[in-house]
Amino acid sequence: MTHITEGGADKGVQMSRKTRGAALAVLSASMLLAASACGGDDASSGGDADTVTWWHNSNNEPGKGYYEQVAKDFEEANPGVDVQVTAMAHQDMVDKLAAGFQSGDVPDVYMERGGGELADHVEAGMTRDLTEDAAEEIGKIAEGTLAGWQVDGKTYAIPYSVGVDGFWYNTELFEQAGIEAPPETMDELVDVIGQLKDADITPISVGAGDKWPAAHYWYFGAVRTCSQDTLNSAMESMDFSDPCFVEAGEVVDQVLETEPFNPGFLTTPGQEGASSASGLLATGKVAMELQGHWEPGVMQGLTDDGKGLGEKTGWFPFPQVEGGEGDPAGQLGGGDAWAVAETAPDVAVDFVKYLFSDEVQQGFAENDMGLPTNPAAIESLSDPALADLIQVRDEAAYVQLFFDTLFGPSVGGAMNDAIALQFADQATPQDVVDATQQAADQEG
Amino acid sequence: MISTGAAVAATPAAAPVGEHGTGDPSGRSPVPGSPPGSSRWRQRLEIALFVTPALALMATFVVWPVVSAVRMSFFRWKGFGPMDDFVGLRNYEQVLGDAVFRDAVVHNLTIVGLSVAVQLPLGLLLAVLLNRRIRGRGLLRTIVFVPYVLAEVIAGVVWFQLLQPRSGLVEEILTTVGITPPEQGFLGTPGLALWTVFVVLTWKYLGLAVLLFLAGLQGVPDELYEAAQLDGASWWQVQRRVALPLLGPTIRTWAFLSMIGSLQLFDMVWILTGGGPANATTTMATYLVSQGTQRGNYGIAGAASVVLFVIAFVMALLYQVLVLRRDTGDQR
Repeated sequence: MTHITEGGADKGVQMSRKTRGAALAVLSASMLLAASACGGDDASSGGDADTVTWWHNSNNEPGKGYYEQVAKDFEEANPGVDVQVTAMAHQDMVDKLAAGFQSGDVPDVYMERGGGELADHVEAGMTRDLTEDAAEEIGKIAEGTLAGWQVDGKTYAIPYSVGVDGFWYNTELFEQAGIEAPPETMDELVDVIGQLKDADITPISVGAGDKWPAAHYWYFGAVRTCSQDTLNSAMESMDFSDPCFVEAGEVVDQVLETEPFNPGFLTTPGQEGASSASGLLATGKVAMELQGHWEPGVMQGLTDDGKGLGEKTGWFPFPQVEGGEGDPAGQLGGGDAWAVAETAPDVAVDFVKYLFSDEVQQGFAENDMGLPTNPAAIESLSDPALADLIQVRDEAAYVQLFFDTLFGPSVGGAMNDAIALQFADQATPQDVVDATQQAADQEG
Repeated sequence: MISTGAAVAATPAAAPVGEHGTGDPSGRSPVPGSPPGSSRWRQRLEIALFVTPALALMATFVVWPVVSAVRMSFFRWKGFGPMDDFVGLRNYEQVLGDAVFRDAVVHNLTIVGLSVAVQLPLGLLLAVLLNRRIRGRGLLRTIVFVPYVLAEVIAGVVWFQLLQPRSGLVEEILTTVGITPPEQGFLGTPGLALWTVFVVLTWKYLGLAVLLFLAGLQGVPDELYEAAQLDGASWWQVQRRVALPLLGPTIRTWAFLSMIGSLQLFDMVWILTGGGPANATTTMATYLVSQGTQRGNYGIAGAASVVLFVIAFVMALLYQVLVLRRDTGDQR
């Protein structure tokens, strides 16, 4: 009895061994197949002449729904065309795009922030030249605005939302501290910081943990201390020996000396969570923050009621620097543009042109999704804060693109690192210039 | 001693399996009277079949990334487009010449040293205490072990909130007790940040040390304790002279794991400080991520990862030769 059972069990074991072996063989074979399938997939992206893949970062309503409708309208107007829309959170999209560029699998229509990043993509032959194909659209955009998306005089993307940087402030806290008008010069800013401190209010939040929010102080310092010509020629030659760049760091020092920032600002993140710099402003813990035009939207996402600072939102431009050579009407800013991948079908260009059309940009403005660049859409903005901001942008002598975007991640990153060190009192204004120069020289 | 026991126990168990494996197929071969050569081929085929998937996985996910990192480290490459700008050893020059990277190595080694110096005695103490028959022992053991089970990112986010300057619970408690917390908070003060990270790491990983040591202590036969007690040894003497020496192999294995973990430290630092403030908490891993994915200097990141690999490899090898040999040597 026992013997037989044992034999049976043994056979069973052997059987299952065999089947398992076969299963493994099938598994490894299918893995190989899958691997080869993946390998072949790369080249085929964008191969279909009637399919347009589109990634965007308006993953909240009303933007998400609006863009779905836009895609549907385009499909109806162009029978046979299929627009595949993917909405992602901003950082997810940036990460996926970076991975896409590495593997060569880029969506047909995607977002470019301009500057060095775009130049790298162009150099690698991955982004399509739109100069001829979208000449009409490009003609509508101010030259200064367009410059960030041009390489060697050719335009590679169509900016659809461009804004300026500045101080977002809490009007209620300013009132509480007895501040009558927002500061217009650096000395006035120092006074305002003093008044807020006297009223026991933390004056400014800054997400120096992410580095770029701290770097905006330096960037704006340079816009105020350097003439536009100096900035342009420095960007061309990547030579930062002009003394105005050291003076930009001295502007930062002037702010730092007043110790205006939220406690622990060196590791404070820029935009994630209620304890981030934007979160502190949104929840009334600090009086102001230097940030881009996206700030109201970011603050809305960081408050329970989804309103951000709401009615209490105020904005003033970066103060003037006494004796600075910069044009007082110069501004710092950045924006987003639609680009077309080199591998994309021609209909993708038509889609980008449609995205920039009066109709779509007007809807974009009505939904307060950003600051439209099509002049026909400017009147459609419903949010008064954004309407004020767009006036500042359009009255600016020029809008200097954020330096980290302009120089690309490598040089821009080194620059931001050095500025963050200055915030930690571990680098002088000269050190910041030296570190930037060194990174630029290595870039060659 | 423990490992010898394990080896002795393992050998007889392994032997029949081997016999079974070689003897069985020929005894039950499907075609009676087939030459013995075919069974050997079959055996080889079986081995190949079983090993191939593992080897394929290993090659795809371990060997290939290592090879491409090494290749990357000789080029200047932005992460896309052709990799054709060969720069020789310049990336290595830059990495080794970068004060931030050298500091990162120092931070890693500090964590390695601190872990052994602090977590080892603390872990042993807790393990010895939790090995006694006390009320609620199971509950206490679970509490000590829970942090280890938590995902590192979740634990990091929780501690990040607890350590918030002014509003965080840690500072609130300290203020109530009458201690003034640092002006910029524990994570925002360059001189304190690395120590703060280490405290959180200790909270997180002490559970593993205690668990391993407890397991080691379970392996110490009761007879030895009894014999020592009969000879008049105090509780303390029993722990020191009997339990601790028998725990040697477990301690050495834990120290090895702790060392490798500390060298590759990334998640907790990334969440708590991102390597800041003012590069006070960068590790080799945060350095290579910020150079690679954030700055697009994949060549420099590749060189940094090769340096990290070499440091970890050399330390692991030295540890094997100098320390772990005692344990493996016992088996022969």
